[in-house]
Amino acid sequence: MAASEENVSIADHAKRTRREPGALRQYATQLAGNPLGIVGLVLVVLIIGCAILSPWIVPYDPTQIFVGPRLGGPSWAHWLGTDQLGRDTLSRVIAGSRIAMLVAVATLGTALTIGLLLGLIAGYGPQWLDNILLLLFDAVRSFPVIVFGLALVTLLGPSLQTVILVVAITSVPIYARIARTQTQSLRNAEYIQAERAMGAGTMRTLAIHILPNVIGPLLILVSMDVPLVIATEAGLSFLGMGVRPPTPSWGTILNDGYGVIRNSPWPVISGSVPIVIVTLGFTFLGEALRDIFDPKLRRDL
Amino acid sequence: MLFYFIRRLGLSVIVVVLAVTILNVMLHLVPGDPAVMILGPRATPELIAKTREAMGLDRSFPMQMAIFFGNVLRGDLGRDVFTDRSVTTIVMEQLPYTLMLITASIAWAAALGIPLGCYSALHRNTWLDKITGVLSVSTISIPSFVMALYALLAFAVGLKWFPAVGAGEGFADSFHHLVLPAFAVGISWVGYLARIVRASMLEVLGETHVRMARAFGLRERKIVVAYALRIAVLPAVTLIGAGVAYLLSAAVFAEVIFARPGIGALIVKAVDSRNYPIVLGCVLVTTGIIVVATLISDLVNAWLDPRVRENL
Repeated sequence: MAASEENVSIADHAKRTRREPGALRQYATQLAGNPLGIVGLVLVVLIIGCAILSPWIVPYDPTQIFVGPRLGGPSWAHWLGTDQLGRDTLSRVIAGSRIAMLVAVATLGTALTIGLLLGLIAGYGPQWLDNILLLLFDAVRSFPVIVFGLALVTLLGPSLQTVILVVAITSVPIYARIARTQTQSLRNAEYIQAERAMGAGTMRTLAIHILPNVIGPLLILVSMDVPLVIATEAGLSFLGMGVRPPTPSWGTILNDGYGVIRNSPWPVISGSVPIVIVTLGFTFLGEALRDIFDPKLRRDL
Repeated sequence: MLFYFIRRLGLSVIVVVLAVTILNVMLHLVPGDPAVMILGPRATPELIAKTREAMGLDRSFPMQMAIFFGNVLRGDLGRDVFTDRSVTTIVMEQLPYTLMLITASIAWAAALGIPLGCYSALHRNTWLDKITGVLSVSTISIPSFVMALYALLAFAVGLKWFPAVGAGEGFADSFHHLVLPAFAVGISWVGYLARIVRASMLEVLGETHVRMARAFGLRERKIVVAYALRIAVLPAVTLIGAGVAYLLSAAVFAEVIFARPGIGALIVKAVDSRNYPIVLGCVLVTTGIIVVATLISDLVNAWLDPRVRENL
């Protein structure tokens, strides 16, 4: 009897003192249990690696014109074939990953910062300001992204900056709305009330207590929006309204391919591979992350 | 319901007015003179002055806005820079093609996606459910213009089953021309709708009224169709309403890639030639379509679910 009691208490003690696995480790285990998430992670790492290392890993200069066959299919010398000018498609695709990632980081960074600020103001500020901001968000959201982008291109001319501006402006309302909802649900929480009762100023409350709680879900959303942003950049460049040739962007590569689609299928197929990889990669990874961190997230939209 | 409708309508009008104002403010913030931009660098000063006057740019900004809204209310969206035809006429000529494309896309996507989602929810974790899940995520994430290019490559250039160019004449021919673009625009919506219907169906199937119907011994088919699905399609309605903006963007690519007439093709051509009145007209009309679509889906939701009416 006594012995068994002792056993129990030892077991309890062991349970109590054994270290709980860290949060990061838990997430990693959860991610490992999600095969699509793993695929996503691998694809995302691949693309980001390409973007960072592109100057060193391209087999040829992306703008160099070869004397060999134009519109050639895949071969040992040119893994993804050559385009209508005889340029190496693989090199162009790898170089294009840099543009795509640049656009993604620049736009999502800008949109996140502005959206977060406006969302905090709308959620924490006076009611009338909230109403005005909400109307503004709705107004901007009622532009179809591509049509709005085309309108801006007419005004500013086609360039990388215009693309970044278009996507940033149209993404701000989405993030701002979510930041607003989160802030509103927090502003009446007990610990915030206590903080204010103790005399904390608005800035302190927002920066130290509300911001950290709002930013998490937004970051997951941002990771899920990467493919959307890249698709928009590629789309505008495809229409000839984004990045200008000869800079290799995935959109311009596809546009070149579209022009010769009756002569050779390879430029379109090779040019679309990275877009498919990047969109699938980020979507799979984003879905897995969302399932781990916050399954209810998208419903707020 | 009437009160809700009026408030919602009022808000929509404000949103449209705001959207147009934002666009016009941007036009003014841009460095350089719109008249110079339209005419190009080689225009003479007299021509620029004349164009400025014709565009009303010599007046103050609030005055310009007032005139602009007045014109829009009368259905006057200005004149084409090159042909001097009315922008309203030009846009309205192209609009039916785009509307047809969007409707066809969403129709086939709903006809396939909703039953698929329903089936997935009823037969959870079967192989078809799992395949649907993975395919949904994949098709949702691949951009529509890549889909359009693949469709063009495979079925028009390769197999030659469908035409690659134009919109066709007569019913059968138009339909034949519509298949590929509608496929490309709609495919991601199959996945979207299947996912959302599956999720809401699972939720509804657990609700009390469905269990009650089961307890009464109703046939499974009747429970699913008459009791569960009716409620489960609600989120899909909202999604379609909010998704018209995405459909319009996808239509732009489909129209360019398949060389179809329509708003998208019109605006791309207008941007190329810097035909600003046409661009502005297209933006205005598409924004209007989106606001109306959102309004309709909100109203449908309010009609089906009284709780929506209370918190606007």
